[in-house]
Amino acid sequence: MKNPIEHLNKVFDSRIRLGIMSALMVNTAINFNELKELIAVTDGNLASHLKSLEENGFIKVQKGFIGRKTNTTYSVTKAGEKAFKQHLDALEQMIKSIN
Amino acid sequence: MDNQEQSLAAIQDIKRIMERSSRFISLSGWSGIAAGLCALGGAWTAAHYIGVYPVSGPTRQGSTTLLEGILLLVAAATFMAAFLSAFVFTYLRSRKEGVPVWGSSAQRLLFNTAVPLLAGAFVVYRMLELGEYGLIAPSSLIFYGLALVNGSKYTLGEVRYLGYFQLLLGVINLWVPGRGLLFWALGFGVLHIIYGIVMWWKYERK
Repeated sequence: MKNPIEHLNKVFDSRIRLGIMSALMVNTAINFNELKELIAVTDGNLASHLKSLEENGFIKVQKGFIGRKTNTTYSVTKAGEKAFKQHLDALEQMIKSIN
Repeated sequence: MDNQEQSLAAIQDIKRIMERSSRFISLSGWSGIAAGLCALGGAWTAAHYIGVYPVSGPTRQGSTTLLEGILLLVAAATFMAAFLSAFVFTYLRSRKEGVPVWGSSAQRLLFNTAVPLLAGAFVVYRMLELGEYGLIAPSSLIFYGLALVNGSKYTLGEVRYLGYFQLLLGVINLWVPGRGLLFWALGFGVLHIIYGIVMWWKYERK
């Protein structure tokens, strides 16, 4: 238990996934294009990270339409919120443990 | 050591993205300065017309006088000019920073300032109808101040202080009837310009 690294969530290892979660934590829902601009990544890259977060049950996807254009929005799930908070706590512990 | 640096970098990333995605921070200081100059121009024009057509006390009853019409026109033109010029500078800045101008953070900011403003617009309109001219300047300052305080949660935090000062001016103006135009010029003109210069100095000076 003394080793804080155990509590770091492997899923949040990537900066992109961490970025997606950060953005979703403070917004009820964000669409694909806004996430893309916010995190500054390519379509394919973002899509694959979103997929893995979704498979882990950390985010949920809502597909909708604005006029004829598809509008896919993402929001964080309860499980995702919990996992992200644990990850933050682990980061905090990690920094504390070194001082 | 490496772990610590990684954790710090991760936390900084999280903080930056949370800030960027929840607040619209591309408001340019130039927008404040431009809006302020428009307001001063408007106030000066209004003062000029008030000088040309002195308010004739008891003769006006219900029907809109010529002066009233002119002043409304000046007010509308001032608002349009201020809004447009403020928008242009903010648009340019957000383009430069690669932030969407019409992202969800901008929409939230606009919605949260529009609610008090819209309520204020109804109050001011009703005052015009009732001929309560002395209360129009203070109430517009007060509602504008409330709108800024409310909107400040979704943009640069300093907007809150601009809001407090507008509120203060508005409240003082309640007890200084007949000086509406002066307070208007101070609030919408001078305060905006000061705010704009401070913000430019703080965030955009290179």
